[in-house]
Amino acid sequence: MSWEDSLLKQAREIIDMYPQKRSAVGPLLHLAQSKDGYISDDSISVISKLVGITEVQLKSVSTFYSMYKQEPTGKYLLSVCKSISCEINKSDEIIDVVKDFTGLNNNETDKNGLFTFEAVECIGACGGAPAMQVNYETVEGLSPNNTLKLCEWLKKELPEVVVAEEMQEDFGGYKSFDWAISDQSGTTGSVPGFQTLKTTKERN
Amino acid sequence: MKETLLLTKHMRSNPEDSHLIEVYEKSNGYKTAKKVLLQESPEKVLEEIKDSNIRGRGGAGFPTGIKWGFLAEDEERYLVINADESEPGTFKDRILLERDPHQLIEGIIITCFAANIKNAFIYIRGEYAKPARRVQNAVEQAYQKGYLGKKIFGSDIDLDVVVHLGAGAYICGEETALLNSLEGRRGEPRLKPPYFPAVKGLYMKPTLVNNVETISSVPWIVENTGKEYNKLGVEGSTGTRIFSLSGHINTPGNYEIEMGSSFGEFVETLGNGVRNGKDVKAYIPGGASAPWFRGDQLDIKMTIDDVANNNSMLGSGAVVIMDEETNLVSAAKSIVSFFAHESCGQCTPCREGTTWLEMILERVASGRGRTSDIDLLLDVCDNISPGLSWPPKMTTICPLGPSAVSPITSLMNDFRDEVESLIPTKILL
Ligand SMILES: Cc1cc2nc3c(=O)[nH]c(=O)nc-3n(C[C@H](O)[C@H](O)[C@H](O)COP(=O)(O)O)c2cc1C
Ligand code: SF4
Ligand code: FES
Repeated sequence: MSWEDSLLKQAREIIDMYPQKRSAVGPLLHLAQSKDGYISDDSISVISKLVGITEVQLKSVSTFYSMYKQEPTGKYLLSVCKSISCEINKSDEIIDVVKDFTGLNNNETDKNGLFTFEAVECIGACGGAPAMQVNYETVEGLSPNNTLKLCEWLKKELPEVVVAEEMQEDFGGYKSFDWAISDQSGTTGSVPGFQTLKTTKERN
Repeated sequence: MKETLLLTKHMRSNPEDSHLIEVYEKSNGYKTAKKVLLQESPEKVLEEIKDSNIRGRGGAGFPTGIKWGFLAEDEERYLVINADESEPGTFKDRILLERDPHQLIEGIIITCFAANIKNAFIYIRGEYAKPARRVQNAVEQAYQKGYLGKKIFGSDIDLDVVVHLGAGAYICGEETALLNSLEGRRGEPRLKPPYFPAVKGLYMKPTLVNNVETISSVPWIVENTGKEYNKLGVEGSTGTRIFSLSGHINTPGNYEIEMGSSFGEFVETLGNGVRNGKDVKAYIPGGASAPWFRGDQLDIKMTIDDVANNNSMLGSGAVVIMDEETNLVSAAKSIVSFFAHESCGQCTPCREGTTWLEMILERVASGRGRTSDIDLLLDVCDNISPGLSWPPKMTTICPLGPSAVSPITSLMNDFRDEVESLIPTKILL
């Protein structure tokens, strides 16, 4: 096994939350991705031992879900929605801007490991279509121009914590609903920012 | 037409901090759960839910009281909250998770009391990271206050709640796929029978699976009685419902209304009309799985039964408006691509059929269609759902396959000219 002790400790805490070990597979794969930016063979080996299933069984689970990346992702995962409400609100223009800026096609990562681009299905921001997520933090009411600015900002500022509220204020537009609740929490990698995974931080 | 605020009342009155436990308690939050646990019987709660006639808000519209009544006896039973909301056009559970997580937790406490359940899971789609954080914070606050954990509210009842993140698979919204996913498996739907969750659910134990909005309605119903809830809306579609309105509309958003008004009224009043004063060409009444209605059908009433009687479904309550300039073939292609991407691959008609439909629509949309393509599309659809009737006949384990057929039958029944006009009559070699 080659996970550090601290990570193994975290993994055991997650396993303890469930009546049966195998239920921890999902969160443990997220944890693996937070460490490496993808699901490495090494992680497959560690997790399969921790929960007591074979590597093949685990691999078949890991490849089923689109959020578990089988190859390294960039620091910023740009996921632009292409489902119906966004499609009829010109998501194709947003996709073109992101593709042009990054030089990437769907599911590609640049050489510097800065950006990964993907066109995704509905992210539950249809009232603010077109919408996208950066590391699973949502920005709604995008225009092509603001999308470009958002990409430029990420490249220049290289924020350590990606915060939905900050991006929405600076680059977003019409929202699915009001966010009067001030929330400076965000994510620290290309995984969902979530307490149990220790992948979320407050912006200071 | 006005909104009726039950589920969204607290968040509207406290726009800046409705997610905090102190604020929720100031709005009388957790009072009902406490009273019920200390003074009432599980049977009484179940009676109220039955009297309310509330039907599930996850899409299938199954009566909640009956579902709870079906739960098989066992020492070990589970509640799973379905927060996998991924039906394109739908964003109503998101508002309940982000802005009123304690209402959901109070609903969970009351539900578990009524059904004698000690372990609950909230399965939230992985992309909903921020809503999941809010819910996780709320769960921690509730534990600190002694509203979750051991001997809650000083009663002799224990209840544990775990927030579980999904990982990007729409099919995990289907309840048996969700259970497989929660067990650490591929999110593939199980065969029903024998795997009805109420009998053989999570870890093969009796399990209640309910939608976020359904369970968030429980505190109001129990506090105000099922009879009062039953007075709202219309027979067969009682209570309020949060509709997600999107597309070419002036004010998209979530609106909580009593069921029974027409879609046209909804669009004109709460939606403030179609953008740029245009006409509606077609609209989706209940999420991407639902067959479309034409713009001249806006007088249909927003109830589960009225929509069903017109051969579609109110589904997840997602209304998508498409104006007169919409390219409906591209719109249909977007929906079919969605289903092709989300098919779990277990059933051949769904796995192969959706891929074919996507490919054929793609070439029609880009002007490379063949004259035989219309028949081919219908033939593939017929193989997925024989007879193309409504409700759809099934050749597959779950309804995802037949859902992919919906936009195509809508196109062919009502907008065939538009499809034909895209197909070149002569192919130049
Ligand atoms: C393909 C498919 C996707 C579904 N997605 C969801 C979903 O995202 N959320 C949900 O609550 N129900 C969804 N459902 C319905 C669930 O299977 C189930 O009926 C529902 O969670 C039961 O809760 P309710 O009775 O409170 O509505 C889906 C069903 C199918 C067939
Ligand atoms: S119909 Fe499609 S999604 Fe449903 S079980 Fe079959 S293959 Fe999977
Ligand atoms: S369709 Fe794009 S967010 Fe829902």
